[in-house]
Amino acid sequence: MLTRDLAIATCLLALAGGACAARAESPHLGRPISQADLAEWDINILPDGQNLPPGHGTAADGAKIYAEKCALCHGENGRGGHAARLIGGPPKASLEPGSKTIPNYWPYATTLFDLIRRAMPFTQPRSLSNDEVYALAAYILAENKLIGADDEMNATTLPKVRMPNRDNFVVQFPDRM
Amino acid sequence: MGKSRQDRSGIAAVAGNGLLDRRALLGRGIMVAGAMGAGAGALNAAAAEPLAEAPWSLTPGDVTPAYGHPSRFEKAVVRTVDNPKNEPSGSRARTPHHLLRGTITPNGLHFTIMHSGIPDIDPAQHKLLIHGMVRQPLVFDLDALMRYRMVTRVGFMECGGNSAPLFSNEPIQADIQALHGLASCAEWAGVPLAALLDEAGVAPGAKWAVAEGADSVHLSRSVPLAKIMDDAMVALYQNGERIQPGQGYPMRLYLPGYEGNMNVKFLRRIQVTDRPGMTFYESKIYSDPLPDGRATQFYFVQEVKSFITSPSPGLALREPGVYEISGVAYSGTGRIAKVLVSADGGKSWAEAALDEPRLPKAFTRFGMAWRWDGGPAILQSRAWDEAGNAQPTREQFVAKRGQTSKPPSVRAFPGHHFNAVTSWAVDRKGEVHHAYA
Repeated sequence: MLTRDLAIATCLLALAGGACAARAESPHLGRPISQADLAEWDINILPDGQNLPPGHGTAADGAKIYAEKCALCHGENGRGGHAARLIGGPPKASLEPGSKTIPNYWPYATTLFDLIRRAMPFTQPRSLSNDEVYALAAYILAENKLIGADDEMNATTLPKVRMPNRDNFVVQFPDRM
Repeated sequence: MGKSRQDRSGIAAVAGNGLLDRRALLGRGIMVAGAMGAGAGALNAAAAEPLAEAPWSLTPGDVTPAYGHPSRFEKAVVRTVDNPKNEPSGSRARTPHHLLRGTITPNGLHFTIMHSGIPDIDPAQHKLLIHGMVRQPLVFDLDALMRYRMVTRVGFMECGGNSAPLFSNEPIQADIQALHGLASCAEWAGVPLAALLDEAGVAPGAKWAVAEGADSVHLSRSVPLAKIMDDAMVALYQNGERIQPGQGYPMRLYLPGYEGNMNVKFLRRIQVTDRPGMTFYESKIYSDPLPDGRATQFYFVQEVKSFITSPSPGLALREPGVYEISGVAYSGTGRIAKVLVSADGGKSWAEAALDEPRLPKAFTRFGMAWRWDGGPAILQSRAWDEAGNAQPTREQFVAKRGQTSKPPSVRAFPGHHFNAVTSWAVDRKGEVHHAYA
């Protein structure tokens, strides 16, 4: 029961309280899993680029995939349909519905990769290859003039994209973080 | 104000335009011994008709169903839904506050928002993964979680976008279900997430947990580890039964007092990290532009708020006389300490009676006696929580957060975390409208 002893020791050190002893009586029914076996679910991309997978894509590749798999909901050339506009839009966000856009609002480009891979296309999530996701991110960023038209997006370049609105946020409850 | 004045029935007026001492409604003794029995109150109604046996009293009734349902006469007490044809987008179902009393929202009437439909999850195959900055990644199934010590607590759930129509520069005419229906309150039971994280062993330097659902958008939100270790729960039961599919069956993250969207449904994964994920919903959706050009981020807390559920739009007053003004108050910071009510648009206020129990981060029901004299009135409620936070007036709120330049659709979400005072205007016909005052 090395794990359990460790838990108790850590617990006492950290909190030195009665509630802690109760926690140490946990049933310990979680089943250990290896990094390899959880990889299929390990899809969070952090804003510094942590966990971005191998692969690459350009706007030219992305334009073709976009037309085939995205335009039905997001409109021709990303101008919006019954799903959100992805390209262009008002220069500044306001309280008018629909005014928060990728170029005028999103703080990190990594969020694009994360969202496309986990949730898109809406009716077939997790169906895109990593190359396709990089290509779609490149297409959206290039059309929004946030990267060059020929810039390749990959695990190194995507986190370096500087989103214009990044430093414009006010954390509402910093003491709770 | 006006404490020495008497209502014409003899009950002390406690504020302008007919607000009465709470004993006007609660004190049986005062009804008899006081002036109400002798005054206009008891005798202004026509005599009752002679009593007779009703048909349902003369024949045995139906068999008892295995799972009970409301009376067939209560068919109007349902949620309103945004996309009944299952259009491929977010679907929302709103709580009919004006048709409910007490503080617990029945499970079938609890609000819900789905971003990609309700997944049909087999609980025997559902798994919860805890990984990231932990000593040992662990997988829990439902059978395992059922053996853990569970905790029970009553708490409200509120969408960050509840009351969003009140960001409109003009009052949108809609009922309370459309305006405030994305908040509900239930009793939740489940396993403290801290117990599971302790077993996995949180690594030094960890500060956040990114929670993810098993729905098809794999909805994900970042939660400060401090909140997780404080009172986060893997909720399995709601009001005594397994949480419904629309609430995240078979398990959801429950973060008392925090923005609804963070309470990730169909919870399947917690990744412990040293930074927030900056997921779609925290980067764009639950973040709002401010009047100064900046924008809110990580708003987390549903701040102190109240609204009057009766009278409210759609519940007309039939005739002048004594009514109870009733509503709910809640705060993501703790207990409700005080609710003031006004019948004259905020010129004068009186303290409402608060029903027990007053639980932290839960609905508290308040009540105030009111004699409507048949003239115009503007009803408002304003709450304070035990930490001293005051529900802002609309004027204070708009100064800080702004409003739209033209009225948006009642279903749009121009902003989030609206918690200012709501005003209901009663006209001479007794009809109730949404107003700004």
